Amino acid sequence: MRYNEKELQALSRQPAEMAAELGMRGPKKGSVAKRRLVKLVVNFLFYFRPDEAEPLGALLLERCRVAQEEPGGFSISFVEDLSRKYHFECCSQEQCQEWMEALRRASYEYMRQSLIFYRNEIRKMTGKDPLEQFGISEEARFQLNSLPRDEQTCTGSQLGVLD
Amino acid sequence: MKLNERSLAFYATCDAPVDNAGFLHKRGGRGAGSHRRWFVLRGNMLFYFESEASREPLGVILLEGCTVELVDAREEFAFAVRFAGGRSRSYVLAADSQAALEGWVKALSRASFHYLRLVVRELEQQLAAMREGSPANTLSANPNPISNPRPKENGRAVWSALPEQPTAAPKRPPLPPRRRASAPNRPLASFAQLHEHYGREVRALRSQWRGGQAGLAGLEVWHRSSSGGTHTQDQP
Repeated sequence: MRYNEKELQALSRQPAEMAAELGMRGPKKGSVAKRRLVKLVVNFLFYFRPDEAEPLGALLLERCRVAQEEPGGFSISFVEDLSRKYHFECCSQEQCQEWMEALRRASYEYMRQSLIFYRNEIRKMTGKDPLEQFGISEEARFQLNSLPRDEQTCTGSQLGVLD
Repeated sequence: MKLNERSLAFYATCDAPVDNAGFLHKRGGRGAGSHRRWFVLRGNMLFYFESEASREPLGVILLEGCTVELVDAREEFAFAVRFAGGRSRSYVLAADSQAALEGWVKALSRASFHYLRLVVRELEQQLAAMREGSPANTLSANPNPISNPRPKENGRAVWSALPEQPTAAPKRPPLPPRRRASAPNRPLASFAQLHEHYGREVRALRSQWRGGQAGLAGLEVWHRSSSGGTHTQDQP
């Protein structure tokens, strides 16, 4: 699949919501944990070799599930194949918790749900649509019915239901 | 750079409603001719396919940081998606009609995550301001405390608008305690707090449920007797 790598690299240099050096292990069998600088920017998780400027890779965080693994460790996997996990090791359960919460809220889909939620709450309280001031009240993507039916494969997994 | 392309492809073709879709003519790089492609906008990613029926995108354009502008081009109804920075390429696209052009320009210029987050933060602030302004919204003790210093949740979420679940058939897992939404002096928590709170609750119930059942057989019965999928209770 082609993609605009230059823009993705530029994104990786932007201020991050979270950044830390973590142990990271890919989903392939037999992969070994390596130290990586992991950086959360909008709905992407970038990972770098420590002290390198260009990321090794990026994970788009849509339709993903974030789960606790061993204490201090969590995994990211994707809805189409939940058994394929990217593993991360933190230095404490506290750090692990912080990352899991941030990653669960990192997707565009989650942000969209937040918007719909707040819009509704404000509408109920004031009778007015707060999106009118932005000129986006008619946009299909912000309507309640724009949330997919089956508790959103996009968002159901975002509830982070743990096995 | 590695990218989780397989997941990207699934995201591009999943069932969820798209933010915009349609045919556009896309110029190939370096003056090569233009091709008619099926474009799908999802979030801040613009995917393009060889045809509407294709199961895998040919490519994707990350839209973060782009500007969208009309262009005077040889094609009618043309616009460009441009990025800052010296050697970035522009994508010149052409729609089939004025209406389609306007729809795409509007959708793409507001597609970024940054934009969405700005709007959400603005709404969060509005809600917080309303809370402070209203005398009824005093912070009161909450029977279900969350470990967060901000105002407590009132147990109400967008999915509480659903009709009550029917009384559980014997094999169904217990429903979480239903909280009444109407108490006027319970301030509203942020979406993130509610999300985290309900997520924990769902996880706890789920492990309780699984602990008490004889393996998958119990779950299967529940699936069959419920009207929807595993997340029926949580549907908005």
